[in-house]
Amino acid sequence: MTAPAESILEVRDLVKHFPLTQGIVFKRQIGAIKAVDGVSFDLHRGETLGLVGESGCGKSTLAKLLMALERPTSGSVRVNGRDITQAKGGELKRMRRNIQMVMQDPYTSLNPRMTVGDIVGEPFEIHSDVVPKGGRRRKVQELLEVVGLNPDHINRYPHQFSGGQRQRIGIARGLALQPEIIICDEPVSALDVSIQAQVMNLLERLQNEFNLAYIFIAHDLSVVRHISDRVAVMYLGKIVELGRDREIYERPTHPYTQALLSAVPVPNPEGREQRQRIILQGDPPSPANPPSGCHFRTRCWKAQDICAQQEPLLEIRQGSDHPSACHFAEAKDVVNAP
Amino acid sequence: MTEVLSEHVGSGSAGGALLEVEDLHVEFRTRAGVAKAVNGVTYSVDAGRTLAVLGESGSGKSVTAQTIMGILDMPPGRITGGEIRFRGVDLLKLPEDQRRKIRGEGISMVFQDALSALNPVFPVGWQIAEMFRMHRGTSRSDARKKAVELMDRVRIPAAKERVNDFPHQFSGGMRQRIMIAMAIALDPEVLIADEPTTALDVTVQAQIMGLLAELQRDSNMGLILITHDLGVVADVADEIAVMYGGRIVEKAPVHDLYRNPAHPYSKGLLESIPRVDLKGQELYAIKGMPPNLLEMPTGCAFHPRCPYRRDNCVTDVPPLYTISGTRGSACHYWREVIDDGSR
Repeated sequence: MTAPAESILEVRDLVKHFPLTQGIVFKRQIGAIKAVDGVSFDLHRGETLGLVGESGCGKSTLAKLLMALERPTSGSVRVNGRDITQAKGGELKRMRRNIQMVMQDPYTSLNPRMTVGDIVGEPFEIHSDVVPKGGRRRKVQELLEVVGLNPDHINRYPHQFSGGQRQRIGIARGLALQPEIIICDEPVSALDVSIQAQVMNLLERLQNEFNLAYIFIAHDLSVVRHISDRVAVMYLGKIVELGRDREIYERPTHPYTQALLSAVPVPNPEGREQRQRIILQGDPPSPANPPSGCHFRTRCWKAQDICAQQEPLLEIRQGSDHPSACHFAEAKDVVNAP
Repeated sequence: MTEVLSEHVGSGSAGGALLEVEDLHVEFRTRAGVAKAVNGVTYSVDAGRTLAVLGESGSGKSVTAQTIMGILDMPPGRITGGEIRFRGVDLLKLPEDQRRKIRGEGISMVFQDALSALNPVFPVGWQIAEMFRMHRGTSRSDARKKAVELMDRVRIPAAKERVNDFPHQFSGGMRQRIMIAMAIALDPEVLIADEPTTALDVTVQAQIMGLLAELQRDSNMGLILITHDLGVVADVADEIAVMYGGRIVEKAPVHDLYRNPAHPYSKGLLESIPRVDLKGQELYAIKGMPPNLLEMPTGCAFHPRCPYRRDNCVTDVPPLYTISGTRGSACHYWREVIDDGSR
């Protein structure tokens, strides 16, 4: 797929530190959780950017920053050229229309006391100029039909639907304001295996139909590969490798990406005895006190002195075709290698 | 090799298997009606072997495990038929005090969510040591020493210093290790792991699965691995039992199932895995949704979603047809399914 180079979202040096304080009356800052620590990337129109990484690496904080649900410590998020982090009041409200979210858990992200019609129609209440009052019910029914639900079920409550159907309701709500960007935060991980494929297909169909750009956050790497045009790998608040799906999955150069890919169980028992695994020891360090230099060096088998002294930048390195934040970046096919 | 897996529902004991579940029926009486969670499940596991029970939520895989352990809430649960034989003895007929002895020493279990399975108000070392104090009458100080040894064995760094820490002070992976330590404390012969890595990241999942495999090798345990993850199953299982709507719909050695599934449901699951060579195309999706246990479809529970459906699927419940010595499929048209092969 050739994505047009037109960027719809430009993220530059985005940083979010949550302060750690001590004391009750006189609060002193004693440190900071560096949840997102200098992230830059572009998202093109109609493209899917996959975002992978372990829990605690800052994926969800990044999503909140892009939605302007959190204010960043520094850095910028430009949507169609305008910085959403600086926007206020009416301007912010208008900008938010363009960037919507599909949540992970369809059981807790829908208000149990609202009907499906109210849930999907709520964006029209907030942005009352999008659809005139009289046309809202019809518009909601259209949306339900688009996501494959029965429009006659508009008066039902969330508990009357299965998990997969609820996720469709969440997707319909995300589509209501005709955004150009949808952030999907683990949209299929709470669903049964046989339902996941249905929702994935729906997301792909909607993308083609409405030319949507997705940021697709997931921990299931095979799902991410299926839907993404490009993939960003995050570790401890930073993007450590970024590339087209083939570049990341077939020629990963960052040791963390290699470890992550090799840890994924392959759904095929053939040759499992010969499979070589890179098993990382221990847990990721605390984002309150990340290691100096390269954040990954404490678990890395390639680490040398330079890794502790100098932070590797995310850049294209020799013998590779995509940016990687490792001093010793080296392509290695860990999935198909014997 | 366990030949028992091929065993037909209702056809007597094959003898020799360490743990055998035979024709088990469990239902839940709720206000909305009777939910038939388990409808005639038969499986077995031998020492040193790994049986993977694969199924979606509501397929009855966890209820079966809880019934084996004797930790099913009754009421609302009710065992309406079947046997669970451990070393030939039917557990369901034993009085509670004897079952209690088997729990932990004979069969033990690792749960999915370690944070809610561990007691938040006691140190982890105390909780591990409790196994020895209760079952073996070990003194407090000896039990504590053993707890430290176990924490070392499941590779918790600095076990000695961490023995007095509380569950919330550990990361998800470390908590899971503590639960595994408790489960293997008394050297059980069978370990049931119910979605042991579902809540964990892939890198930690790889650590935990590696640890389980190692412990199994060391002590020759039989392992029942309950999961919905086709990747994990392919990695560790010897035999697979696929469950749907409270029944086993397919039993097979791991290679056979992945090479050539014999039930439309297993086939559908395998085909819906995203594959590299099919990127950009629509994923195969099993249409419809899992059955409602209160209103099970007549005949084969899978028939409303099945591409192979004929008239008799709606009326006749398919038995687990024997395909070969080690394989079975509960589909009237398993021959066609096998002939079609995987995509």
